[in-house]
Amino acid sequence: MTDLAQQAVRLAMERGATDAECTLAEGEEFSAQVRMRELETLKDAGSRRAGIRVLIGKRGGSAHSSDLSSAGMRQMVESAIALAGISTEDPFADLPDAADLGSLAGDLRLYSDDILKFDTAARIQAALETEEAALAWDPRITNSEGASFNAYTGQRVFANSRGFTGSYRTSSCSLSTTPVARHGDSMERDFWYSSARSHAMLDSPAAVGRRAAERTVRRLGARKVPTQKVPVIFDSITSRSLIGNIFEAVEGDNIYRNASFLEGKLGERVASENVTVIDDGGMPGLFGTSPFDDEGVPSRRTVVIDRGILKNYLLNTYTARKLGMRTTGNAARGVTGNAGVGHGNFFLEKGDRPPEEIIRGIRRGLYVTELIGHGVNIVTGDYSRGAAGLWIENGEFAYPVSEITIAATLQHMLMDVEAAASDLEFRGSVASPTLLIREMTISGR
Amino acid sequence: MPLSESFFGQTFGITEHDLESYLAEALRAGGDYADLYFEYLATSQLSIDESIVKSAVQGVTLGVGVRVISGERTGYAYSDDLAPEKIRKAARVAACIANGPSKIEKTGFEEVRGRDLYPIVTSPNETSLAERVELVKRADRAARAADHRVFQVQASYVDSLRHVLVATSDGILSTDRQPLTRLGVAVLAREADGVAQRGYSGGGGRVGLEFFETEKTPEHFAREAVRQAIVQLNAVPAPAGEMTVVLGPGWPGVLLHEAVGHGLEADFNRKKVSAFSDRIGQQVASPLCTVVDDGTMRNRRGSLNVDDEGAPTQRNVLIEKGILRGYLFDKLSSKLLRSPTTGSGRRESYQDIPMPRMTNTFMLAGDSDPEDIIRSTPRGLYCANFGGGQVDITSGNFVFSASESYLIEDGHITRPVRGAMLTGNGPEALKYVSMVGHDLKLDEGIGICGKEGQSVPVGVGIPTVKIDRMTVGGTAG
Repeated sequence: MTDLAQQAVRLAMERGATDAECTLAEGEEFSAQVRMRELETLKDAGSRRAGIRVLIGKRGGSAHSSDLSSAGMRQMVESAIALAGISTEDPFADLPDAADLGSLAGDLRLYSDDILKFDTAARIQAALETEEAALAWDPRITNSEGASFNAYTGQRVFANSRGFTGSYRTSSCSLSTTPVARHGDSMERDFWYSSARSHAMLDSPAAVGRRAAERTVRRLGARKVPTQKVPVIFDSITSRSLIGNIFEAVEGDNIYRNASFLEGKLGERVASENVTVIDDGGMPGLFGTSPFDDEGVPSRRTVVIDRGILKNYLLNTYTARKLGMRTTGNAARGVTGNAGVGHGNFFLEKGDRPPEEIIRGIRRGLYVTELIGHGVNIVTGDYSRGAAGLWIENGEFAYPVSEITIAATLQHMLMDVEAAASDLEFRGSVASPTLLIREMTISGR
Repeated sequence: MPLSESFFGQTFGITEHDLESYLAEALRAGGDYADLYFEYLATSQLSIDESIVKSAVQGVTLGVGVRVISGERTGYAYSDDLAPEKIRKAARVAACIANGPSKIEKTGFEEVRGRDLYPIVTSPNETSLAERVELVKRADRAARAADHRVFQVQASYVDSLRHVLVATSDGILSTDRQPLTRLGVAVLAREADGVAQRGYSGGGGRVGLEFFETEKTPEHFAREAVRQAIVQLNAVPAPAGEMTVVLGPGWPGVLLHEAVGHGLEADFNRKKVSAFSDRIGQQVASPLCTVVDDGTMRNRRGSLNVDDEGAPTQRNVLIEKGILRGYLFDKLSSKLLRSPTTGSGRRESYQDIPMPRMTNTFMLAGDSDPEDIIRSTPRGLYCANFGGGQVDITSGNFVFSASESYLIEDGHITRPVRGAMLTGNGPEALKYVSMVGHDLKLDEGIGICGKEGQSVPVGVGIPTVKIDRMTVGGTAG
């Protein structure tokens, strides 16, 4: 695979490119889905993909292909060269400086072959047990959208004309279930999952099923509350999506285009003291970790917001040049095209109080467990999303709530973070503890 | 078209004999049904940003998916290599789902003879790149010229040409050539020292390049994107609470897609996890509402000659005068629920298992004058355009965000508002429809629907509709 990538780069240079970068990705996916105690779907397959980006002077062109034969690779290179001919000169188009290239040393624990030690029967069994644990938890759980076990192994190779060649393997597996509960006219579903790079790190089927069941049953009989302004607590699942919104607001593309409400705010207070946001692509064993980014620059730790003060944007080579800054090793792309900006492990630092204690301190408010819809505008900071959750009265959960929206602006929400709880858990590449926001508008009855 | 003259016959020399042998391999461990889905997809993507054509990408994807169904079980495998031994290997993996003697006796194929809903002589994919790159350059120039407050313009053009071949153990053999094209323009505008606002417009379909010359020009989309951004410059925060909502014609039809469409997909109803399960024949909307899903409309983005299981697409009535009439079926759910397929089996690619999906979903026109609808509303929200939406099909709760909306005060459309989000419950929301306009309009061809990780192109449409009660989520009192 590494040879193939280097050959493609050499071929592009022979055909007139002044710079070239090639990515190869291959992966094998497996999934077993069960539903109502029966096996429903088995999927098992693999595929490969190659991509190349060339520069001829300051003009760029890109191509990709699923055909990795020498004829397929040659055609891909020719196609990219032809495309460079119709694009426009971009003074900022470039590859990283040779000095910026490199790879993190040491074992980042991204691949574990224990994933392959479990045969199909064992994987089906794990899914069956997960669903059973949910079905058995409460008599109101009468149906299920099923449970699944998924596994993935893959490899990524990157080479460029400035002398970088690198590759790494990854693995992951996950267990999830979506029970359906019914009581009277009310029918609700929710889900829970566990995912890890190693099978040994996965939660047990019983734990995943039980948590899914608890989350589902507590939604039954949900009401719509009157329109009002109250404190809002985002649980550690929904707060992740809020952290995802912060990422969009600090990534270089939106910054140089003036398309973020955080543009021009470096060094300023943008959030309360309780908010420290970090991007770290070097934490072993996690989903946001990689030895180098998708341009061949080593992953690193960048403090984005430090106790409320905006410290850094996240940048790739292109956005860094546009802003007169240096790349932060955050280039991201599929296998081809100009790199965009991505994150490593992007998270909000935890506080010291457990979530239960924060909930106990609320006289009347909303605990959000699900957000739906796309009502977030990064340009203006306007925030309005569909929500479901639990109503809090005198520090206790009183009843479930649904069919409402919660609204504010991201600017106010960040300034209004009154507490970050101690329950930070890395379940994906974005992570956040439970968060308390002083006040938001709830629309309901 | 005979197989020998089709793309896969011509390019890869695939014969009926080959297909039969792969299907036999797939069914060798038993099973009720097997199918093969061959896909060749060529895509081009051109985008302009800061008046520079920064990105030009082309790609080719090729592969075959093999599916075996045994009772309610599905086995699936795929290969990105069409070498016979690789396809046989995928067939053997898919076959692992079944156990026992096969009930199938294969005897040849019957070719699905179809219509041609997108008779495009030259697919955009086969025209010169220079011609296509001119579209984004024109959009960029037009947007910048339209208003001096515009300070960022991004335009992108994407086309694809997909060749598919479906062969099934129940004897279907169908081929299709599916072009798809889209042009989009996104702008940012601001007053001096003011807050920036975004505007977006785009469209296309299963059309040739002439569509952008004769029907919807790059200048049309550019001006529309600019208009939307400029409107937002003067917008006030959205109101919060229950009120009357009037939906404008066209893209706001996405409400139907979220509020009812997903809940009527047969897989959810087979599993009885949809808020619409077991409700056929019941009233789920006001008698003014008739909603259809039609995959047979010429050149539309959501249309297909045959679905991704080789079945011809249809016009399916979902709700007739407020009464729930039917669900959308793929092959598996039609088999298990003993109901004919509605030609709704779709998949994103050869790597994916088909599911029941929508095509072009819209509400039929009523007889109200759109102006009367506004005049009859003392206070409410008029939604001219939407961003995306989402639904929880089990509770039936949905949301969608309005990208262009206005207050209605004393029967007149007045101030633009920003950041409005609508929420409601699928089987309930349309019961409050009190007026339906005569101005049915379909969207311009930009819809993408996501379900269980698979994205497919869709269309929506609606006339002006008045909904007496709906929750609007904003920040203003």
